[in-house]
Amino acid sequence: MTANQELAKSPSGIQGLDEITNGGLPRGRPTLICGGAGSGKTLLAASFLLNGVVQFDEPGILMTFEETGEELASDLASLGYDLGKLVREGKLIVDYVRVERSEIEETGEYDLEGLFVRLEYAVSSIGAKRIVLDTIESLFAGLSNPGILRAELRRLFRWLKDKGLTAVLTGERGESGLTRQGLEEYVSDAVILLDHRVQEQVSTRRLRIVKYRGSHHGTNEYPFLIDREGLSVLPVTSLGLTHPAIEERVSTGVTRLDDMLSGRGYYRGSTVLLSGTAGTGKTSLAAHFVEAACQRGERCLYFLFEESPQQLMRNMRSIGINLQPWVDRGLLQFHADRPSRFGLETHLAAMQRAVRDFQPAVTVADPVTNLLTVGTQNDVRSMLTRVIDYIKSQGITGLFTSLTPGSKELEETDAGISSLMDTWVVLFINEDNRKRRRWLSVLKSRGMAHSNSVREFILTDHGLQVLDAEAAGQTRLGGV
Amino acid sequence: MQHQTLAEPPVVDTETFLLRLYVAGQTPKCMRAFANLKQICETYLAGRYHIEMVDLLQNPQLARGDQILAVPTLVRRLPEPMKKIIGDLSNTERVLVGLDLRPARRSNT
Repeated sequence: MTANQELAKSPSGIQGLDEITNGGLPRGRPTLICGGAGSGKTLLAASFLLNGVVQFDEPGILMTFEETGEELASDLASLGYDLGKLVREGKLIVDYVRVERSEIEETGEYDLEGLFVRLEYAVSSIGAKRIVLDTIESLFAGLSNPGILRAELRRLFRWLKDKGLTAVLTGERGESGLTRQGLEEYVSDAVILLDHRVQEQVSTRRLRIVKYRGSHHGTNEYPFLIDREGLSVLPVTSLGLTHPAIEERVSTGVTRLDDMLSGRGYYRGSTVLLSGTAGTGKTSLAAHFVEAACQRGERCLYFLFEESPQQLMRNMRSIGINLQPWVDRGLLQFHADRPSRFGLETHLAAMQRAVRDFQPAVTVADPVTNLLTVGTQNDVRSMLTRVIDYIKSQGITGLFTSLTPGSKELEETDAGISSLMDTWVVLFINEDNRKRRRWLSVLKSRGMAHSNSVREFILTDHGLQVLDAEAAGQTRLGGV
Repeated sequence: MQHQTLAEPPVVDTETFLLRLYVAGQTPKCMRAFANLKQICETYLAGRYHIEMVDLLQNPQLARGDQILAVPTLVRRLPEPMKKIIGDLSNTERVLVGLDLRPARRSNT
């Protein structure tokens, strides 16, 4: 193989993993997946195998040393794989290898030819292309002669390569090495490390490619997600600043705010930050934007981090915005999750998946500042960078609301995320003659001439209305 | 080497040891295991044992049923419970322990 020639790959069919590995796992070679208990090793390995069977017409063998076939089948059934059916169709063999030290007496020399015979027979009977050994390290617990085992493992890896099998081996994370028995010594081609961390009661799964010989690969830690749809890895770190710059504009849903943005509203595919203290009308402004998008027949995805969809819709009805019909017509979808339900990475993963599944033209996240309860400002900023990268790469317009704590300087608290935004609209309340009055201002809007005035607005039962500049007498607020 | 075929079920009473020796071809290790086994049986179980030889190279599908990994593996099918001894059976004491013909003197070396 020349240096320029890319290694042949076996696609995993796992969302995201093929992207960060540039096409999948090395074809015809073994890959080691290691991680602690419950890190998702078996699931990742099994997904690779079963996707191979179902999507790429590559029969597979699942040799398990820990779980019985029935246990595995029920675990994987919850992810939508029907093992029994694949076995009946002759595309899959599940072989449970039981090694129980207490049941075996050892006397004199032996080798593991029996294991090879089993493998050979299974491989040839269905023409297997992929194989999973989960986890072969159990042999060390079951048999007492590590010298024989190590020699036989070397033979096994040679055998797998000679057979041209794309193999995935799992190994439990060890204290000194990647695996307890140093399996990484034998697998020189690709090593993937999984990690399941719980910080402040919030769990996050991560995946890292430790080694991938002869291939470019992403080197970051990538969050991954296990849910009822299986496993997905999120290659979300900046794809480079190559987002298309779209000239098209979309209405804010409020005519006079459109006017303030050189008469035509936000750029499609841009990011918008609406920030303000509690009760200033951020969500109302977001709802106008959503309603306008739905009226254009565009799909909207609305992430709620505080209220329930019902609560939000009730509140919006009070200002004359009825979102229910758009939900009913399938144009508007809500995703409500308490920030504390999981870590930032998982939120990110969930958001990305929702966007991918729903294919919206517009997304709203309300309020993103609630994510600060599960991460530092830097973490949230880095997560939002990735969300924004993703939606921009899809040409989706993203609107984010940010709650400014009353005590802090308005423009300072949002400084962390505002630089990620193309347009920044600030809302605030000012007590004037014992009357609370609402104001809004476009602090910035990249790539367009925008108004720099501060305008008063009111919330009426037929929506948010920006008042005439003259009537409001905004000059008195010049210092705010 | 004598091969008893699997198709002829032997007549056994409760005292009879039904032993199956799994091998993979006629390797020195496997030949040694068979010779050792034969001698132990003649010494300790004369007249009440029956040995089946299973060559996994010829019957690979049988490896799964009895959970065979190591070769050679001796399986005591009767009397129950099933017992497994792996290796060339060169340590007679341990074979006897494995077959429950001697009380166990366990040591891990």
